[in-house]
Amino acid sequence: MIPNNFEYIRANSVQEALQLLSQKGDGARLLAGGHSLIPAMKLRLNAPETVIDISGIQELASIRRDGDRLHIGALVTHRTVETSDEVKSSCPVLSEAAALIGDPLVRNRGTIGGSLAHCDPAADYPALTLCLGAEIEATGPSGSRTIAADDFFVGMFETALQSGEMITRVTFPVLGKGTGAAYEKFSHPASRFAVVGVAAMVTLDGGGNCNSVRVAITGAGPSVFRATKVEQALTG
Amino acid sequence: MGHSIKVTVNGVTHEATVEPRMLLVQFLREVLLLTGTHIGCDTSQCGACTVLVDGVATKSCTMFAVQADGKEITTIEGLAANGDLHPLQKAFWEEHGLQCGFCTPGVIMSSYDFLKRNPNPTEEEIRHALEGNYCRCTGYQNIVKAVKKAAQSMS
Repeated sequence: MIPNNFEYIRANSVQEALQLLSQKGDGARLLAGGHSLIPAMKLRLNAPETVIDISGIQELASIRRDGDRLHIGALVTHRTVETSDEVKSSCPVLSEAAALIGDPLVRNRGTIGGSLAHCDPAADYPALTLCLGAEIEATGPSGSRTIAADDFFVGMFETALQSGEMITRVTFPVLGKGTGAAYEKFSHPASRFAVVGVAAMVTLDGGGNCNSVRVAITGAGPSVFRATKVEQALTG
Repeated sequence: MGHSIKVTVNGVTHEATVEPRMLLVQFLREVLLLTGTHIGCDTSQCGACTVLVDGVATKSCTMFAVQADGKEITTIEGLAANGDLHPLQKAFWEEHGLQCGFCTPGVIMSSYDFLKRNPNPTEEEIRHALEGNYCRCTGYQNIVKAVKKAAQSMS
């Protein structure tokens, strides 16, 4: 299957990508790992006039821990999250969940920023991002802003990103003592998307009571959502 | 508008002008006539089109040829050296790891990438590593045996 024709431009820095985005307007799409955009273009569900290839922007491809925060660049692949020692020790549920995304070939190229910006209702990362209370850094012409995961997922394939903005990094909490998290997924056998996926994070106090609980569900609605009644029932 | 690209495929550097929408798999098959890489589902699921891009197993139906500019690609045609089959190819032959053979190039390229990272895998790890490669004939038993045998002969 052949996509509609388009103009291809490679951006070598965030600055360059933002300039191109503002210059090209709403007819432009960013290409990161391409594993959401290219299939959609081949099916002609998406026909951008301009494709801005950001996959080579090195500044977006690193993982860094800063105290109790774990910063993951938008272009970090699922495979890197799956295998990173830093992620495994700081936020193990994230690498466990990344290992369940698609298949190894998809994980070799798909990126965390791409997955979140695409906001597929059955994707895995949105559940983790929402459950863990991550923050999404969006950068636009007037600088960067931080969007809480609770405000980021607006609807089916719809996020709080504004026109001209791109995700530059995602920040997760480092899971400390007393906090545990898990992701369970019932995968579609062909696509490996979640028929349903549930991410949960629980923090216990010294007496074994649940201080805080966050539960996020993907695959079972137009967009990822928090199971607030479950959270309330488990707290205490 | 055409883009000039320079791509090294199986050790040979090619220069070409491609439309942005040309997929890497089309470039390999239709421009370079390397038809060992197959198009199966064409929807990024079956893995028949798997090649190595800078050493990383990649579905070549889900990457534009223009993105391969400056990269090194290895296809199934690039595995045999001096007329000798690669141990993976040999093991697939000996263990009869195929029936129709359509998925085989992709399975072998994925296995190549996998064995580089995990030279001594368990059966379960092999099955997990091949989740992105569909075979509709064999039920995977002999594929897994072949990968295991290749791992042993390469170690």
